[in-house]
Amino acid sequence: MTNWLHHIPILIVAVPLISAPICILFTFGANRKAAWFWTLLVSWFAFLCSIYLLNHVLENGIISYHLGSWEPPLGIEYRIDLINAFVLLIVSGISAIAIPFGRLVVDKEIEPDRQILFYTTYLLCLTGLLGVTITGDAFNIFVFLEISSLSSYVLIAMGVRSDRRALTAAYNYLILGTVGATFFVIGLGFLYMVTGTLNIMDLSDRLTHLADNKAVHAGYAFIIIGLALKVALFPMHVWLPNSYTYAPSLISIFLAATATKVSIYVLLRFLFKVFGFSFDFIPLTLTFIFLPLAITAIFFGSVGAIYQTNIKRLFAYSSVAQIGYIVMGIALSNTIGLTAAVLHIFNHALIKGAIFMAAGCLVFRVGKLTTYTIRGLGKEMPWTFAALVLAGLSLIGIPTTVGFISKWYLLLGIMENGWWPIIPLIVIGSLLAVVYMWKIIEAAYFFQAPQDRAPVKEVPLELLIPLWVLVGCNFYFGIQTEITIRIAKEAATILLGNSP
Amino acid sequence: MLEAIFNHYNYWLIIFLMMTGLYIVVSRGNLIKKIVGLNIFQTSVFLLYITIGKVNDGTAPILTGKSEIFSNPLPHVLILTAIVVGISTTALGLALVVRIRESYGTIEEEDILVSEGHQTEMELNKIQP
Repeated sequence: MTNWLHHIPILIVAVPLISAPICILFTFGANRKAAWFWTLLVSWFAFLCSIYLLNHVLENGIISYHLGSWEPPLGIEYRIDLINAFVLLIVSGISAIAIPFGRLVVDKEIEPDRQILFYTTYLLCLTGLLGVTITGDAFNIFVFLEISSLSSYVLIAMGVRSDRRALTAAYNYLILGTVGATFFVIGLGFLYMVTGTLNIMDLSDRLTHLADNKAVHAGYAFIIIGLALKVALFPMHVWLPNSYTYAPSLISIFLAATATKVSIYVLLRFLFKVFGFSFDFIPLTLTFIFLPLAITAIFFGSVGAIYQTNIKRLFAYSSVAQIGYIVMGIALSNTIGLTAAVLHIFNHALIKGAIFMAAGCLVFRVGKLTTYTIRGLGKEMPWTFAALVLAGLSLIGIPTTVGFISKWYLLLGIMENGWWPIIPLIVIGSLLAVVYMWKIIEAAYFFQAPQDRAPVKEVPLELLIPLWVLVGCNFYFGIQTEITIRIAKEAATILLGNSP
Repeated sequence: MLEAIFNHYNYWLIIFLMMTGLYIVVSRGNLIKKIVGLNIFQTSVFLLYITIGKVNDGTAPILTGKSEIFSNPLPHVLILTAIVVGISTTALGLALVVRIRESYGTIEEEDILVSEGHQTEMELNKIQP
């Protein structure tokens, strides 16, 4: 038994990878429900594994798993510390809650003969995201990043009821995503040229003596820009709004909650663990490039959201703003700021997961979502809208929600650095979030339903239960904050500390 | 100066290809040309890796007892993986272009944007009297 548990770090990636081709076999029986159930099983397996890993890391410290028993740095190493154990939990947890929600939604949005392939691609996407998070090998990160990206282009292109705009959204994402990933590989090439290693721990050891090397500086620039494209940091966010708007609801939930978060994790890992503060302009880039971009992202995203009439697009723009908050936490580069960033990675996954799930419920009943089509739905779909409003409160950052916790820590972090002028900007950013949430509340509760619309029923329980579980999490982790704050704090200490 | 260029001509070639590819991606409105540009861009990275693996007078790393200097095989292995990724990206990109052509009737970015603008506007007009 103990032997089996020892191999969980590889199983959490290998099982979804192998089950993807197995999932195709369901085509022969044309058994859509079985394919869905298979995906559900795999998601839950990954979720249980990640809980086990997080527990193990909390109790016994870092896990280092050597693939094929080849010793690192020659062999590939899966290295799990508190940060990636936490991100693994986020990815697999969102997947485990999104798939039960997904069956009815996918049935409605995707043509029957494509559904099995849809689940297959979904499993590949899950594999990629988990792989990026768990691996301790830099080139491995690129390979898994491309597995997850390629499958997410396919998933986005499927579109809600084959909306043709999903195709162009996916195409633009493909071009920009590939440019980003290629920049990342160029950067790795420079680092490999100088150090001769790809293992992350080994890289960071060897880079400490190479602070003045021009190739390392060039590699740094390429890697950071490539990752910023994947993170969708303003002004490299242009692929994001259309992708989230026209993607099938299940994919909007999954990608909005996890994909950019995993890229942010890789960015954190490279900024603080691989490069450390080995040369002077790393703190400079954080303060003079990342911080202004984060502030611009918050304002651009929030103001952009206010002007949208399409609801999913509105929340996509709000995602751009929320990424701004996370990057601001990173830019502070003190323990509290990083705690806020790691906390917000988790909290924003909960918030946007719940919001896009509510949007998925609305698409299920209404189809096209605009501020006009949802008029009067507050009375007709009370449970869905109550959930949407509660998740919106969390997005704004009302006390007792998770959104409040991360913003609170962000403010504390700013105060520690003494950057007082930024504090009003954060408050204004939150007020802008009130404005765009109010647009939706006003349309849903204070307007009469359009004359030409048939009465709408509340969505079935199968959709409401996952939605309310996520909304419940928003409040549970907003009140019971010990666990998440403890993990985030320790993660921040690991990132800033010199010890491995 | 000239010496620096000629001794490192492979790097100059790579930079030239890299910039050409990136420029095509940014400047062309034709969706297929963009993918061609992306391919050139990726190929330049393959060449970069292969270049750094080469050791002067080195041979393939096969233990025959005759040679002592070997080229580094690892970059080649890495690039085999990257080539696979590149091919899948190209295939997927071209497949998307086919689908875009089927539903928009064009592969020029400007025409697609106009046609998308009309669609969004019509949706708003239809539901917003």
